Amino acid sequence: MNAGPPMITLRSVGLMLGARPILKDVSLDVRPGETKVILGGSGSGKTTILRLILGLYRPDQGSIFVGGEEITHLEERDLAEIRQRMAMVFQNAALFDSLTVRENVGYRLWEQDLLSDEQIDLAAIESLRFVGLEDTVDKMPAELSGGMRKRVGIARALASGATTLLYDEPTAGLDPINTCMVSRLIQRLKTKDVTQIVVTHDLDTAYRIADRIVMIASGCILFDGTPDELRRSDMPAIREFLDPGSMPPDWRVIPKPDVVDEPAG
Amino acid sequence: MTTAAFDLRAKVLGYVFVVQDFTVLCAQTLAGLARPPWYLREIVFQLDRIGVGSLFIVILTGLFTGMVLALQGAVQLEPYGATIYVSRLIGTSVVRELGPVLAALMIAGRVGTGIASEIASMTVTEQIDALRAEGTDPIQKLAKTRLIACLIMIPLLTVIADGVAILGGWLVARLYLSIDSYFYWTWAFEAIHRRDIVLGLAKPVVFGFIIAMVGCYAGFQTKGGTVGVGLSTTQSMVSSSILILASDFLLTKLFMAFP
Repeated sequence: MNAGPPMITLRSVGLMLGARPILKDVSLDVRPGETKVILGGSGSGKTTILRLILGLYRPDQGSIFVGGEEITHLEERDLAEIRQRMAMVFQNAALFDSLTVRENVGYRLWEQDLLSDEQIDLAAIESLRFVGLEDTVDKMPAELSGGMRKRVGIARALASGATTLLYDEPTAGLDPINTCMVSRLIQRLKTKDVTQIVVTHDLDTAYRIADRIVMIASGCILFDGTPDELRRSDMPAIREFLDPGSMPPDWRVIPKPDVVDEPAG
Repeated sequence: MTTAAFDLRAKVLGYVFVVQDFTVLCAQTLAGLARPPWYLREIVFQLDRIGVGSLFIVILTGLFTGMVLALQGAVQLEPYGATIYVSRLIGTSVVRELGPVLAALMIAGRVGTGIASEIASMTVTEQIDALRAEGTDPIQKLAKTRLIACLIMIPLLTVIADGVAILGGWLVARLYLSIDSYFYWTWAFEAIHRRDIVLGLAKPVVFGFIIAMVGCYAGFQTKGGTVGVGLSTTQSMVSSSILILASDFLLTKLFMAFP
């Protein structure tokens, strides 16, 4: 991990969807090469943070910086340039149904039109080999299992050459073997100096892959520290999330989210 | 403000926002026509899907429209001993009105709903967000390509529908009305003026624009999972049909204003 200036910064970011507050005064930094995990319950605003970083949503207040450049008020066309440095693995992989696995993985390279067809093919197969799916190149997304789709999503992110990868619940809905496989892929990417932000509510995955963990509830950041610091935290709201069985039956510290129709996370 | 008044205000504002968003989408798509990327492969694919794929239903629509017109027209003309002029009736009504409108309604049912449901599915499965995340403008990639394909193929399909309708009328004229082919075709072509052809070709361009843009708009605005996909598909069919019929009236009126 690099100790230089942050790759991504959110400063006092707030967002309302309709009349509902989704995020309130959220500030966080992600250093280059760092793997930061955003933990939190459903509807807590985790996915929204990823979407804000990608410029898919615009904050109502605060500022967002990517690579030192403020993106808060950039036009869609200028955002496209920023997005070239990032790639997102969506919760349900969001593979393009009409394209084969090879075309999905090489999509950004096709769009950029900077490489020959053979070079793009090689890059796509290389990425698929990294996730152990090189034999699925000519399959359609509908022919893949959930775990395979997620891994193809990771391969797509890798092939794009992005230096920052954003993961939205990469292990949600996967069996333990696939969960372990995806976690290991994320760990392997740490050696490639890639900055990663992983949104999850899976504690095991978080502890396994995180350099630092941010915990969020009802759109507010409760904690930002290392996995060990999180384990040692005695904040009731964090204890409730980490070990809900240990709390008294009528205990409720984390307020019920006032967000009901946020997409996910 | 009373609850009823508040609801009415919210509803009216809702419609205003729909019109505003639709206008913005149309403007962005039209502006995109003049700048790259061109997505030629996607355009060719859409030309095939929209054009060749709709050929069969357009031919059937034209054929039966022409045949019915011949039968009904003959009934109306017979008391005046003018059955022989039935092809004039078929030619003008098909080229000016029925060909463009019926073809457009059929294509709206097949193509417009297809565009809406495809884009709606992409919206609810985050594929549109994935496109944006990959640095692709969904309006350029999806709306522009479909608009171009509709603007090219719907006028062509309309010409085919017109031709097949006049042919269908000829079949009935020959088989049931015993009208000589020479008279049928002579009167049919004599009745169609350059003005009718211009109007008959201008309408499908406008209808093509409506079908493509309403389909795209319904798709992009989809919310609420698979239920939302169904609603968007229905909404695109209903809105396209109404807009086609309303714009048909306006275009006809406009042409009449300039003799």
